[in-house]
Amino acid sequence: MAFTLYSLLQAALLCVNAIAVLHEERFLKNIGWGTDQGIGGFGEEPGIKSQLMNLIRSVRTVMRVPLIIVNSVTIVLLLLFG
Amino acid sequence: MAYHSGYGAHGSKHRTRAAPDSPPLFDDTSGGYSSHPGGYPAPGADVAFSVNHLLGDPVANMAMAYGSSIASQGKDIVHKELHRFVSVNKLKYFFAVDTAYVAKKLGLLVFPYTHQNWKMQYSHDVPLPPRKDLNAPDLYIPTMAFITYVLLAGTALGIQKRFSPEVLGLCASTALVWVFMEVLALLLGLYLATVRSELSTFHLLAYSGYKYVGMILSVITGLLFGSDGYYVALAWTSSALMYFIVRSLRTAALGPDSMGGPAPGQRLQLYLTLGAAAFQPLIIYWLTFHLVR
Repeated sequence: MAFTLYSLLQAALLCVNAIAVLHEERFLKNIGWGTDQGIGGFGEEPGIKSQLMNLIRSVRTVMRVPLIIVNSVTIVLLLLFG
Repeated sequence: MAYHSGYGAHGSKHRTRAAPDSPPLFDDTSGGYSSHPGGYPAPGADVAFSVNHLLGDPVANMAMAYGSSIASQGKDIVHKELHRFVSVNKLKYFFAVDTAYVAKKLGLLVFPYTHQNWKMQYSHDVPLPPRKDLNAPDLYIPTMAFITYVLLAGTALGIQKRFSPEVLGLCASTALVWVFMEVLALLLGLYLATVRSELSTFHLLAYSGYKYVGMILSVITGLLFGSDGYYVALAWTSSALMYFIVRSLRTAALGPDSMGGPAPGQRLQLYLTLGAAAFQPLIIYWLTFHLVR
């Protein structure tokens, strides 16, 4: 497996796209990973599941706009340069 | 005789021809600047004057002054952006090493079994730099080891007559990408396990970069002693590195006040450390076996 930095960027872009595509209402709530089902109060340490849900929610919120830009740029570049 | 006269005639012809246009063996920069337009400006205070005199063109002078101001502005911008992303002071901490530290640390990486005290020392809650504390991680060894690994990979491929410059770049970027992925996985694991430690990204980068030393030793032994030597060195450096990582991460992740945290966090942290340690021999094997075939 020979990696170039470009393949790392491509893999990262695809992973972030995959996280961004998870729909809040149709999918995450049905498997119990919705963001309003996770916050367990301020007392104890949050478990792995709530940490993961927080991570997914924050990635989706933060990366929504940059993903649009980066995806468009990637599509144009791939169309032009193959 | 004829020969001599011919030579003489040639000589006179050569002499008469030589005077106007014999090419000088070196540029005469003693006096006139205008003789060689691109040439050496005089040192000292004559530089500006000579530049004016050289170009003799006010527009070109302005262009040069503009260009140099643009360059300095660009340098400032680069510095500012770099300071925004990478805290240079924190980075400098990792490179504050000296020769004795490097030698002892390399010995520790190869034979960590007799080292007693793995705790990092602090002075007023600030970790001591690597110069004063053997247990502190540094980035100098991983950087140098990475460069050495890339050069060694080129040498090994050259010995097997499989070398080409693209392969060298590919090797370097592959190794770098694996280290980045390992650091990202460790960061993700630490975030999920809510371990409150002072392990910053650079600490993890340092601990992940120590495997390059094991890779270099395995490749060198493989080149010198063949395939068997490679496997022996691989086993030895893997076990030493695993022991080193487990001991270092357990004491480092606990932090200066060694709180420990609740039980599931502790267990997750242990699994994380063991997973990181178990990953090392795999990656060392993966990145080096194609060099010692």
